Amino acid sequence: MYNEKVLQHFKDPHNVGTMENPDGYGEVGSSECGDTMKMYIKVDDNKITDIKYQTYGCCAAIASSSIATDMALGKTIEEAQAMSKMDIVQELGGLPEKKIHCSLLAEDALKEAIKDYKSK
Amino acid sequence: MGIYLDHSATTYVDKKVLAKMTQCYSETFGNTSSQHSYGRDAEKGVGAARAQVADAIGASPGEIYFTSGGTESDNWAIKGVAKFARKGHIITTGIEHRAVLDTCKYLEAKGFSITYLPVDAFGAVRADDVEKALQDDTILISIMFANNEVGTINPMAQIGQIAKKHGVLFHTDAVQAVGHVPIDVSAIGIDLLSLSAHKFYGPKGVGALYIKNGTNIEKIIHGGSHEKGMRAGTLNSPGIVGLGAAISLATEVMDNEFVKEAALAKRLKDALLQLPKAKYNGHPDDRLPGNVNISFDGIEAEALMLHLDLEGIAVSTGSACSSGSTNPSYVLKEMGCTIEQARAAVRFTIGRCNTTKDIDTAAKKTKSIVEKLRALSPLFADKGEKNV
Ligand SMILES: Cc1ncc(COP(=O)(O)O)c(C=O)c1O
Ligand SMILES: [Zn+2]
Repeated sequence: MYNEKVLQHFKDPHNVGTMENPDGYGEVGSSECGDTMKMYIKVDDNKITDIKYQTYGCCAAIASSSIATDMALGKTIEEAQAMSKMDIVQELGGLPEKKIHCSLLAEDALKEAIKDYKSK
Repeated sequence: MGIYLDHSATTYVDKKVLAKMTQCYSETFGNTSSQHSYGRDAEKGVGAARAQVADAIGASPGEIYFTSGGTESDNWAIKGVAKFARKGHIITTGIEHRAVLDTCKYLEAKGFSITYLPVDAFGAVRADDVEKALQDDTILISIMFANNEVGTINPMAQIGQIAKKHGVLFHTDAVQAVGHVPIDVSAIGIDLLSLSAHKFYGPKGVGALYIKNGTNIEKIIHGGSHEKGMRAGTLNSPGIVGLGAAISLATEVMDNEFVKEAALAKRLKDALLQLPKAKYNGHPDDRLPGNVNISFDGIEAEALMLHLDLEGIAVSTGSACSSGSTNPSYVLKEMGCTIEQARAAVRFTIGRCNTTKDIDTAAKKTKSIVEKLRALSPLFADKGEKNV
């Protein structure tokens, strides 16, 4: 049901961890399915120079978190803010229909982290 | 080769069973309804299987009706009794397989009243609750022998006595129990019992319903006069022969298998409970020998299951996160588990082919994956708390 790329990210997720003194921090939980994500970003010169996260959730949630953080790394704040869950799903090469909602977690956590950065 | 630890989902067909079936597909392939020698040969095989099934559960051959499996047997038992009675009250539990639950829901919509009994923290029904739930118009008690998720075995003898005392029919979905634990329908006082071959090294798509002589039940499948006019359709004779061979073999090896599987299950349980914050689900003793169900705090069962799958180890989860909502196992919820515990539950079911080495490998891999997933999880903080 999951493609190779999804399984690869699920098996060895990238950018996992926490961060001391992040420039932006976002925490989201999906009331729908209980998935939870914490996202930490470092910003230099309006660009995301480091990104870390922790995710509790299914395979789709974990793979989405991994690829979304890969995608956001090196992007400007504006570019990163424009990322949507469909961009994430596309980059993963697709997710099963009923698992699409699980990728929203990564989009929301990134947006929250950016919001926090901007508020500082 | 991978390690298969999902024997409650289904089993492989035993080689000896398969040999008997193959012969029935290519040589004794006649239609049991035919008058010629081909038909008689096929009928001989089916007759022998009927006796084998009857022997295994303490019934007589005339009380065994072949079906397409556990789901049909459950449907027949419950709808068949309801149709005969035309109205009334049915007692069941909240932890039944969907084949029973959905059938009861269907009848509820048709005007029958249903009591869904709760279970205790181990997943067992209390016999007292059954007696208290009885009404003047109760037509049936349908309570599973052993649960498919946590393996807990219900107090069957006590429930059987209550049913007998009050003159109410007693059906049990024994799909998970038959072939694994001893069952004697007359000693327990069971009127209707569902079983399915693929849970004890027989083929899929074939099962049986035991109907005690004299039970008031209607048929649900109409057509030819097969099975004494009670279940129409050309008999799946190779499947039935396989069912017979499988149940005989299972009875023969039951005592040894029980001891072996229980020992392996204990080994797996002990190893996995070394992990902090792991909760063992189900009854410690009154359970199917090969079942180990554990919730690992802070992880999502599907994630653990898929990681194990990538390592060649097959297990199952009772919950799935799908289309906008997680449906955590209703069985674990009925047992009082939190949603988080239910989402974190993984079921290992040990079978005939498993070795100590399999168990040790599975335990080792599971432990390292749980640790990895917990490192990834924002929900898990090991406070060094004891297991519950
Ligand atoms: C307790 C229980 N009842 C009924 C069934 C359904 O049996 P079958 O797959 O033969 O229809 C199963 C199998 O999953 C089961 O575990
Ligand atoms: Zn999910």
